[in-house]
Amino acid sequence: MKKNDLYLAAAVAAAAFLVWMVQQAVFPSGGEQITVTQDGEIVGVYFLAEENTLTFSNGRGGQNILTVRDGKAYMSEADCPDRLCMRQKPISKKGESIICLPHRLAVEVTAGRDGEMDAVAR
Amino acid sequence: MGLENKEKTAYMGVLLSFALILSYVESLIPFYFGAPGIKLGLANLAVMLVLYRYGWKEAVILNVMRVLLAGFLFGNLFMILYSLAGAVCSFLVMYILKRTGKFSVMGVSMSGGVFHNAGQAGVAFFVTKTAGVLYYLPALIVAGAVTGMLIGITAKAVFKHTQGWKYKA
Repeated sequence: MKKNDLYLAAAVAAAAFLVWMVQQAVFPSGGEQITVTQDGEIVGVYFLAEENTLTFSNGRGGQNILTVRDGKAYMSEADCPDRLCMRQKPISKKGESIICLPHRLAVEVTAGRDGEMDAVAR
Repeated sequence: MGLENKEKTAYMGVLLSFALILSYVESLIPFYFGAPGIKLGLANLAVMLVLYRYGWKEAVILNVMRVLLAGFLFGNLFMILYSLAGAVCSFLVMYILKRTGKFSVMGVSMSGGVFHNAGQAGVAFFVTKTAGVLYYLPALIVAGAVTGMLIGITAKAVFKHTQGWKYKA
């Protein structure tokens, strides 16, 4: 272990903290809409307050089922090979996301109309 | 020269199998560490061994081979692309840091872990075109540093017990 290693570790910690700070500034809390994108294109915007069971097909035989309940969204079913999306925690805060990489499906909590109004009011 | 080459070929084969075994062990670990993409990166241990024993060319070959083979054995084509990005990204940084001679195995391995995760997050960003992937970036950076350090400690211990191999500092 050299002294430089410690500097490096400190730099890494600082970088992580900086990214986190930027995220806190860019993604304020209180989002109530989720945006679903497939292959980078928006396929739907839904309210977290509304209970919902949504099915998305990726056009290549893959399918994901997204459940919205109690103000949270989570992937309840998927037939992708790794099913990592199903193991991700339910999302409810702005900026949080669930990604299904094999199906190129992304669910992200985005700002609702109210959130934008708040920003203007402030 | 000829004998040395034969020995090297044999060792490279052994080390590649070692990397594959580590990948297999890794795929058996059932824990989910809170954010997608966080894992130990055990196979990097084999890459470090080759990088320090033979040099960057051999390490690149081993790295690409193990990603391809492990991908076909335990994953899928998409996973190969994804982990190749992480492997290339982390290897470049490890090689550069090692070349400066200012960092020990610990520092090199730690930065490797960080950039492996950063590279994968970058690819996920380009594939999904969602800023949401970057939400996990701070967690991924810290996790990469911690797992990289653990691998660094292990690599150091392995170096100590294989001194007959004459590592290049």
